[in-house]
Amino acid sequence: MKLDAKIPSGPLAEKWSKHKFDMKLVNPANRRKYSVIVVGSGLAGAAAAASLGEMGYQVSCFCFQDSPRRAHSIAAQGGINAAKNYKNDGDSTYRLFYDTIKGGDFRAREANVYRLAEVSVNIIDQCVAQGVPFAREYSGLLDNRSFGGAQVSRTFYARGQTGQQLLLGAYQALERQIGLGKVKMFPRTEMLDLVIIDGRARGIVVRDLVTGKISTHLAEAVCLATGGYGNVFYLSTNAKGSNVTATLRAWKRGAGFANPCFTQIHPTCIPVSGDHQSKLTLMSESLRNDGRVWVPKNKGDKRHPNEISEDDRDYFLERKYPSFGNLSPRDISSRAAKEVCDAGLGVGPGGLGVYLDFRDAIKRDGMPAIAARYGNLFQMYQKITAENPYEVPMRIYPAVHYTMGGLWVDYNLMSNIPGLYVLGEANFSDHGANRLGASALMQGLADGYFVLPATIGDYFAKEKFEKVSIDRPEVKKVEQDVNDLIKKFLSINGQRTPDSFHKQLGKIIWDKCGMARNKKGLEQAIQEIKAIREEFWKNLKVVGTAEGLNQSLEKAGRVADFIELGEMMCYDALTREESCGGHFREEHQTEDGEALRHDDKFLHAAVWEYKGPNIAPERHIEPLVYENIKLATRSYK
Amino acid sequence: MDLTLHVWRQKNAKDPGKIETYKATNVSPDSSFLEMLDQVNEELIGKGQEPIAFDHDCREGICGSCSMMINGKPHGGQRGTTTCQLHMRSFKDGDSIHIEPWRAKPFPVIKDLVVNRGAFDRIIAAGGFVSVNTGGVPDANATLIPKEKADFAMDAAECIGCGACVAACKNAAAMLFVGAKVSHLASLPQGQPERMRRVLNMVKQMDAEGFGNCTNYFECEAACPKQISVRVIADMNRDYLKASLTYQEAAPKT
Repeated sequence: MKLDAKIPSGPLAEKWSKHKFDMKLVNPANRRKYSVIVVGSGLAGAAAAASLGEMGYQVSCFCFQDSPRRAHSIAAQGGINAAKNYKNDGDSTYRLFYDTIKGGDFRAREANVYRLAEVSVNIIDQCVAQGVPFAREYSGLLDNRSFGGAQVSRTFYARGQTGQQLLLGAYQALERQIGLGKVKMFPRTEMLDLVIIDGRARGIVVRDLVTGKISTHLAEAVCLATGGYGNVFYLSTNAKGSNVTATLRAWKRGAGFANPCFTQIHPTCIPVSGDHQSKLTLMSESLRNDGRVWVPKNKGDKRHPNEISEDDRDYFLERKYPSFGNLSPRDISSRAAKEVCDAGLGVGPGGLGVYLDFRDAIKRDGMPAIAARYGNLFQMYQKITAENPYEVPMRIYPAVHYTMGGLWVDYNLMSNIPGLYVLGEANFSDHGANRLGASALMQGLADGYFVLPATIGDYFAKEKFEKVSIDRPEVKKVEQDVNDLIKKFLSINGQRTPDSFHKQLGKIIWDKCGMARNKKGLEQAIQEIKAIREEFWKNLKVVGTAEGLNQSLEKAGRVADFIELGEMMCYDALTREESCGGHFREEHQTEDGEALRHDDKFLHAAVWEYKGPNIAPERHIEPLVYENIKLATRSYK
Repeated sequence: MDLTLHVWRQKNAKDPGKIETYKATNVSPDSSFLEMLDQVNEELIGKGQEPIAFDHDCREGICGSCSMMINGKPHGGQRGTTTCQLHMRSFKDGDSIHIEPWRAKPFPVIKDLVVNRGAFDRIIAAGGFVSVNTGGVPDANATLIPKEKADFAMDAAECIGCGACVAACKNAAAMLFVGAKVSHLASLPQGQPERMRRVLNMVKQMDAEGFGNCTNYFECEAACPKQISVRVIADMNRDYLKASLTYQEAAPKT
């Protein structure tokens, strides 16, 4: 597998400008000759589809939801980072770059992250121009708040619904292009395979989820903006429909999958309430601006939290990490919560919870001020738990939230398959081993609005494309594979539902490839997942037919892919013999229990190549070169 | 808790459809309404029967996918709550629950509880945007927006496009949905240049899709899970009137 990151030469701060000048362009009149497929309509997909449509390319955009507005970016709560330095608190492009590299525990590419920090300011301008109602000060200027892993206030927000407002901005831009006939939209349509012709990505095979019809769409380039794979854990903060199918099937066609074991466990989610649980709900990191995290100092202290005096409380984040306190990064805060719960100090049913307390903030700023900042989050919490967080502290516990790993891409966001681009959470490039809060929205929109529209023209200008038709044998073969797979699901006629396999898989991954991992557990997990896979193909039960809407058939395909991904994740976690960011190997920790990196052996991205059914994938590496930042042990103390 | 469910089952758009009765047993009061349906569906698949199809995705009240009438009320009628946020503790052991899809001609049923809400997308495509291309925009702080205005815009912008307003309205009017977008963009400086054109085009599309008109019952506001105020309808009507009288280009004389 050839992995050339194609990082431009020259000083860090000039790479992107220089690259933009060096790249070839397609003149506006010629752009209509090129068609582009965009899969996914979240921040990255909608922004890319809209921007490419505006530029004059022929765009087709696909999403499995009933409308592009429902992509899961909509659920992002807290905010979006940008190095505007509106607060005059010492922010700069370089600081956002540095914070992101350090937050990612030195496992991201310098050049990509610098570019992200550079275009972050353009994103805010773009969104304001679209009419995104960001929060403002009485002066009429934009307001900011703080997020984890940063000592400046650089997070822009729209109440607790920033993702919603940014996505609606991108969605409206996309709908405008649809109305103008520049983008053709295919809702309720799921990508099931990638078509490669002469070594280049030239199309996708999709299933119309309403009619069940399988069809092929061809283009000169395919962009996957299909989000992350957090649902491999079954319980996560992802939407129920979020899945890995598009990227996993591209992997099976030859795309490299990078760092699959880099998954983010978010510290503040509502704890699991029972076996019926179908998903977990995040409580935004922004709550840690004012909420204080604590557990009782004494084991077995069953008193009501409001009756536990200050002296009997352990504000463990403030104690362990005094400089960042409650706003320590996600991986560190999650592990600290796990540690106190493992020590038997957890609260609530099963002892799997810690308090997030607003008592002091309400006393200091008054209830109206707190309600204005977090009203909708408090309301959401109350609906789920039937407890009033204005009166009793919230109970929270870590949950799977985001995946830093994804398909490998070069500096141009192109995978190792020419013409296959990967954007947003679906790629691996910018967050290293841990993502900082409010950076996912930034990356999705950076990729969609600014990076891909600049880089895709270079590919078109340099390549020659002959006309291809859906009658090509390469196309027929892929269509046949897809049809065979669907037939297989419907013909097994066993005893177990797709969901029951999914739950079983999720539990294994959570227990053995979750917040803490070790060699023995991972080896066991690989065996257990193999057994699940074997049973899945013998004992699956899918009712209904291939024609028409069939949600249990859709689910079966997604679960089959999660099983394969889960196995790859465990291989990745097993072979990365170090701890970094969200990947914590118990064998590799410092004396005080912090992550211990081994830069001498693992300063690289691990990229996995598919080798065929029932064969272990092959590991390749892309070495990471740090020219500007000095590698250091990450400390938030 | 044990419940009796009366659920609308319809194979496809052409099937006439009918109500079927199911038992939901041993339901945890802490589970959400959709988790209760998951449980029923798992049992149906076990028996070799087709599960009840319903739209859902984020399950935290923001994507706007879930769309069902519960005992005759969109999202079950609890103030400011989507179906996915409705929890079984709001019901009693032994209750009978009637579950139907959104009822409105412009939202045709696809299967069971799943309807086609494409009309909403087409209304946005007709004008629910600011015509700004990517790049070349002024600095975000170059235009000041008073906090009250931004908050006002945000109140309208919170719409999740679920369609409860239409389902609740006896005229199947979409005016709360359309008004929310018109009002959001009309209250910001960025929305001013296209303000008149936007309202005319969106209302034209709304009418073409077959939605009815507002006759001031305000069921929409009561049903809206984001509690969007009917004042957005007044905002839209005011702009529409003004635009109809003064704006030329978008409504040429024929």
